[in-house]
Amino acid sequence: MLEINFGPQHPSTHGVFRMTVQLEGEKICGLKPVFGYLHRNHEQIAENLPYAAIMTYTDRLDYVNALSNNFGYALTVEKLAGLEVPERAQYIRIIMAELARIVNHIAVIGFMLNDLGAFFTPLLYAFRERERILDLFEAVTGSRLMNNYFCFSGVKRDLTDANLAVIKKMILKFPAFLEEFEALLTKNEILCMRCQNIGILSGETATNAGITGPVLRASGVNYDIRKVDRYGIYDRFDFKIPLGQKGDVYDRFYVRVLEIRESLKILDQALTQIPQGEIINKKSLSILKMPRNFKPPVGEAYGRVESPKGELGFYVVSDGTPQPWRYHVRAPSLINLTVLEEMCLGQKIADAIIILGSIDIVLGETDR
Amino acid sequence: MNIPIEEIKKELEARLPDVKFRPVRDSLLIEDPEDLPQVALFLKESPKFLLDYLSSVTGADYLDYLESVYHLYSMAKKQGPVVLRVRVTKSHTAVPSPINGSKTEAGAVQGPRDIKKIKAGKVPSLVSIYRSAELQEREAFDTFGIIYEGHPDPRRLFMWEEFQGHPLRKDYQQEDTEVLETTDIAWLEARGIKVPDEMKEKAKALHAAGLRALAQKPEKPRAG
Repeated sequence: MLEINFGPQHPSTHGVFRMTVQLEGEKICGLKPVFGYLHRNHEQIAENLPYAAIMTYTDRLDYVNALSNNFGYALTVEKLAGLEVPERAQYIRIIMAELARIVNHIAVIGFMLNDLGAFFTPLLYAFRERERILDLFEAVTGSRLMNNYFCFSGVKRDLTDANLAVIKKMILKFPAFLEEFEALLTKNEILCMRCQNIGILSGETATNAGITGPVLRASGVNYDIRKVDRYGIYDRFDFKIPLGQKGDVYDRFYVRVLEIRESLKILDQALTQIPQGEIINKKSLSILKMPRNFKPPVGEAYGRVESPKGELGFYVVSDGTPQPWRYHVRAPSLINLTVLEEMCLGQKIADAIIILGSIDIVLGETDR
Repeated sequence: MNIPIEEIKKELEARLPDVKFRPVRDSLLIEDPEDLPQVALFLKESPKFLLDYLSSVTGADYLDYLESVYHLYSMAKKQGPVVLRVRVTKSHTAVPSPINGSKTEAGAVQGPRDIKKIKAGKVPSLVSIYRSAELQEREAFDTFGIIYEGHPDPRRLFMWEEFQGHPLRKDYQQEDTEVLETTDIAWLEARGIKVPDEMKEKAKALHAAGLRALAQKPEKPRAG
């Protein structure tokens, strides 16, 4: 038996993730993930900051789609303090969160294929489209990745008519790109051989281990927090939840492709329904101007959103002071790694890389 | 869809009469941590609630006691959350790191403390019922020092094994960052800059801590 150390400085671990792998020949007979290489105690930093300032730090959790993290944190504090969100802001939030989901899924598929050995071509196809959305983020929020766009009971800047027109055009063009992408990949023989029947995860194991997001749905469990909690205004849109059958790597890849199509549907509906109006509640403007004067009442709240990685939860306890007494992030990337060993046992070492790629982790969130 | 806390209270009182609990802010506080697994198992298997998904496990420090908080949902019935919490005593305070000059005598040998020797409150682990607790309980142990009994792999999650203290506790003292190394002080003094005595003492303590760490270095690299 051979024990090798995989990572932390390895391109296919998507950051500084390390695992110790026990091998018999090329077969994996044991695998232990090791965490903490990007640990900066995000929670303690947050407990020393006023509520509004933490928003900036949530961007750094899952740095591929900062807007989803913003959404989750804003939702939790609104629950804690009982703040209302104006209608237009609700729509803008949904539009931005769904765009972030598209960015994430498309990047993940690209990186996963990169791990497979489809060296950079699919990734660059994906990045070409991602770039268009990031340009829009820059125009709206002022930043491409670290958006810091949401605030309590609203958003920081309005979407102009020009921005909306750009999104509309993007949605119209996107299916053509997806078809091109799928024509190259979905029935590709090499992709099918490398992905099908690899890293199978059963629905029961996934539920028990708290797996969420596309990984859970690829195993055939119908659980999407957008449908279950109907947070924000997700109850107004008509969309489906794609489910997988086997729960192998291929299902996880294909569920993500289908989720992009559903996101496009939501975006299309949101763009036709979006009303005119305020983007932030006038009463809450003071939180932005004087963050230290914002003191939520004593209590606690647990808010969760369907981030592209899974269930992103925030647990905030207030003691009536400007800083939270306790602030905890339930990171989907970390908890989805619980079953990594189980999925990899008996597979080849090259498959472990793609199984890890299909779980879709971001170390900023895993290690916090 | 929310489950009202009264409903669960009623059901628990009927089925598990020995368990003592009381509602705290829309959640159930179980008085004796030992009862937690049977309550969790009951909620997971009772057809009325079917709470098959443990979303979040975390700790919190309320100065007099530590709390372990559980958020349960039902994937099958799409309802939740039910919040359970247990309180445990905090019988030791975090030990300041050896670099914190004033607290520890310079040169005093302090071995890395055995994890098992820390006498903090103990909570039975839920890993056998919900596997999602596996990494989250390790995290709560790492940051708060709550010991989960029966955990299959009770190690720290983020910090290294030799790390002392639990960083999210309110009484945790951060290591002193305003410490110069002895070589820095020599460099400064060679250029005629006066260094206060306090800084020199801290530098000595840091140097001693470094030597100790070298002496205690394990022979084998630790397995993941």
